[in-house]
Amino acid sequence: MMATVPTEYGMLLAALLFGIGLVGLLVRRNVIFMLMCTEIMLNAAGLAFVVAGSRWHQPDGQIMFIIIVTMAGAEVAVGLALILRFYHLFKTLDADAADTMKG
Amino acid sequence: MLQLLWTVPALPLLGFVLLAAFGGRLPRAGVSVIGAGSVGLSAAVTGLIAWTFVKAPPAGGFSQYLWTWFQVGDLKVDMTLRLDPISLVMILVATGVGFLIHLYSTEYMRDDPDYARFFAYMNLFVAAMLVLVLADNLPMLYLGWEGVGLCSYLLIGFWYDNPDNARAAVKAFLVTRIGDVAMLIGLFVLFFSLETLDLGSIMGRAQAQWTPNSAVAVAATALLLCGALGKSGQLPLQVWLPDAMAGPTPVSALIHAATMVAAGVYLLARTHVLFDLAPAVQHVVALIGAATLLLAGTSALAQRDIKRALAYSTISQLGYMFLALGVGAWSAALFHFMTHAFFKALLFMAAGAIILALHHEQDMFKMGGLRKRLPLVFLTFLAGAMSLAALPLVTAGFYSKDMILWEALSSPKGGVLLWGAGVLGAFITGLYSFRIVFLVFFGEERSHVTARPGMAMMLPLAVLAVLALAGGFVELPGTLGHVTLFSAFMGTHAMEGAPALAEGVQQVLAALLALGGVAVAVVLFVRRPEIVRNWVSTPAGSVLHELCASGWGFDRFYDAVIVRPFVWLASFHREDFMAVVWRAVGGLADGGAAGLSRMQTGRLRLYMAGIVLGAIITVALVVLL
Amino acid sequence: MNAVFYIAAAVAVVSTVMVVTRANAVYALMYLIVSLLSVALIFFVLGAPFIAALEVIIYAGAIMVLFVFTIMMLNLGPKAVHQESQWLSGRMWIGPSILVAVLIGEMLYVLWGGEHPVEGRHIVEPREVSLALFGPYIMIVELSSMLLLGGLVAAYHLGRRVRGDVKEPKS
Repeated sequence: MMATVPTEYGMLLAALLFGIGLVGLLVRRNVIFMLMCTEIMLNAAGLAFVVAGSRWHQPDGQIMFIIIVTMAGAEVAVGLALILRFYHLFKTLDADAADTMKG
Repeated sequence: MLQLLWTVPALPLLGFVLLAAFGGRLPRAGVSVIGAGSVGLSAAVTGLIAWTFVKAPPAGGFSQYLWTWFQVGDLKVDMTLRLDPISLVMILVATGVGFLIHLYSTEYMRDDPDYARFFAYMNLFVAAMLVLVLADNLPMLYLGWEGVGLCSYLLIGFWYDNPDNARAAVKAFLVTRIGDVAMLIGLFVLFFSLETLDLGSIMGRAQAQWTPNSAVAVAATALLLCGALGKSGQLPLQVWLPDAMAGPTPVSALIHAATMVAAGVYLLARTHVLFDLAPAVQHVVALIGAATLLLAGTSALAQRDIKRALAYSTISQLGYMFLALGVGAWSAALFHFMTHAFFKALLFMAAGAIILALHHEQDMFKMGGLRKRLPLVFLTFLAGAMSLAALPLVTAGFYSKDMILWEALSSPKGGVLLWGAGVLGAFITGLYSFRIVFLVFFGEERSHVTARPGMAMMLPLAVLAVLALAGGFVELPGTLGHVTLFSAFMGTHAMEGAPALAEGVQQVLAALLALGGVAVAVVLFVRRPEIVRNWVSTPAGSVLHELCASGWGFDRFYDAVIVRPFVWLASFHREDFMAVVWRAVGGLADGGAAGLSRMQTGRLRLYMAGIVLGAIITVALVVLL
Repeated sequence: MNAVFYIAAAVAVVSTVMVVTRANAVYALMYLIVSLLSVALIFFVLGAPFIAALEVIIYAGAIMVLFVFTIMMLNLGPKAVHQESQWLSGRMWIGPSILVAVLIGEMLYVLWGGEHPVEGRHIVEPREVSLALFGPYIMIVELSSMLLLGGLVAAYHLGRRVRGDVKEPKS
């Protein structure tokens, strides 16, 4: 049960998903959405690794994906905790409300 | 027993380390035990060492090699301690008197919030002083020299929240620094000429290589002399010592009377071989000593502050020591150093007891009549003052000062002029020391005694009072018993074949003048005080009084000649063209920061867009290149 | 099997676009799960069954549940959704879209500019992955454990309720 799609198509998909996530990150003001977009981008990066690993018949790509998942787990845990604090502090989820460090 | 020598400086140093590290957390009793105990132990070890040394003096002294400090090319500097008669006397005084003063301080500083800091500095001072006097080479001596200078600075400014004290500390540091720099250059000259910094080899090689009064001998000794002048408060660098009285009184007793200020005397006595090779400089030493003792003595006559009066008297007594050094009688200088350490430490500590009893009142004109209120302090102060005034036969000061005066007259380097200055100084000394006694202890009471000194303060006073009276019997002149324990120990012999009659006449004359000074003091300050009052109110008298009170105007002179021009120069150069350059650099950074900080909008998505833009450019560079 | 890949890819792209454009956080989350599941399918057909399983279990399972819990705790009402759709005005999309389009274009250029790789896949077994993971990559495993511990401590610390950190909302 193996697909024989060219590597480029897998990479193209990864790039598209990454781009969509990036657009979302730039457009959305809600911090929850920003965090979700980060997840999309991480997932796209992992996809690129797996496709490349599959291309070279190496397990390293998959290992990188595992590392990314681990990182994403830690990141989401801290990020969501931050969001809760953020909401307590500012009573809003607008990322632009947290501009007290502007120069 | 002599192998324990290294513990003598190590113990106070250990005390300093402990107090510096844990002093703040220890209870006061613990601080006292460490602070006074370390110096006490060191004094006990010194006593044992002295006993062993005197019983069987090792030929050529005793050296203890500890480790090699540094080695650069041909220069190898070892940490080596050297014990010989000179350094033995110095460490005995430094640890013995030092311990008594530490003991005294446990009570004097009792209520100070920075109790531990005080003892840490004091222990560091004692350690540095011991390194100074035990040093076998000049770099190590210089280490101790700077160490005591640092501690002096720290302790003068001990109560640093008063800006006057901080200023006095800085003044002391800067003025002595002038001498220290000269001394450092002197070390370079010595190394350049003799290629060694070891004290023993310097003496040997100098005698072999230098011709008397050669340029290098004069240069090296003159530079060393500058260092000694700064440290010992001699003309023209004496201005820091009166101001140094801003420190706590035990500090004045230990550093600015008994030990540190005598470091210059020690240096000159240590290197007396070099000075023998430069008679011109040696003569200058004698002249400076004579001038200083007269100038400081007259200044002491007009002071109101008891500690300043004692400070000027210290300068004056150090002048006697320099006079002795200048006529080649370095053992007499060390003898006077020892007796002076006893009676001047005693006088300062007694003054401290009075100051404490009167709630930090230092003005002598607000004291008076304390004879009945503080009888023990009176008796001990009287003993010290008698010794200072060199009252004949019964005091230590008489024998040491007499030795100096006789040497000044009879030595081939001396003369009637130097002797005359010394004798006139003796008269002034008697006058000003008993002026203090009469102003403070006699007359009507003008202030209220609130506290009496306790045991920890009275015991050191009593011990030092005995020493101030009896400490001189180790060396009696040829006319009176002819005991030469001290000079024999030093390895110098008393004048052989000197006419006993001349010596006797000289002694009687000096004794009469000292007694005359006391008698005049009785007249002027007890019987007929209105004479002084009337005289001071005349125009000439008031000018003279003003002159004496200000220490002959040296402060004003230096202010006008050095400080003000320097400040003017500095302010003039504040706006030179380099300043414009640096301001431009600063302005650029400032403007750049202001511009770049506009980018910090605090809006996360803009930052994100910046990252994306950066990624685009990076990838584009990779793709296109 | 190629058809499966193309279909799953299309689903992934569409659902991801939906994630980015939704105003309601819960809907967005559902689309995100769909996107992740379709990516998991792609992993499977690319010969990485172990990773496909991980994607479903950890990403679509654990992490998304965390999101759900957070949204639940924030208790956002219809007002928040309204606010969200107001923020998502049409003009907002222009700049970011151009930027990202350029970036993707560059990536595609790199992708197709190079040599054409040979084909021929095979399944990378979980056994191979594990051997590599606990062989040459053991250091990274240890570092990951540190990272997770750090994340745990940080999340615990940040998640505590602190008195007096409630400020008035900004006008």
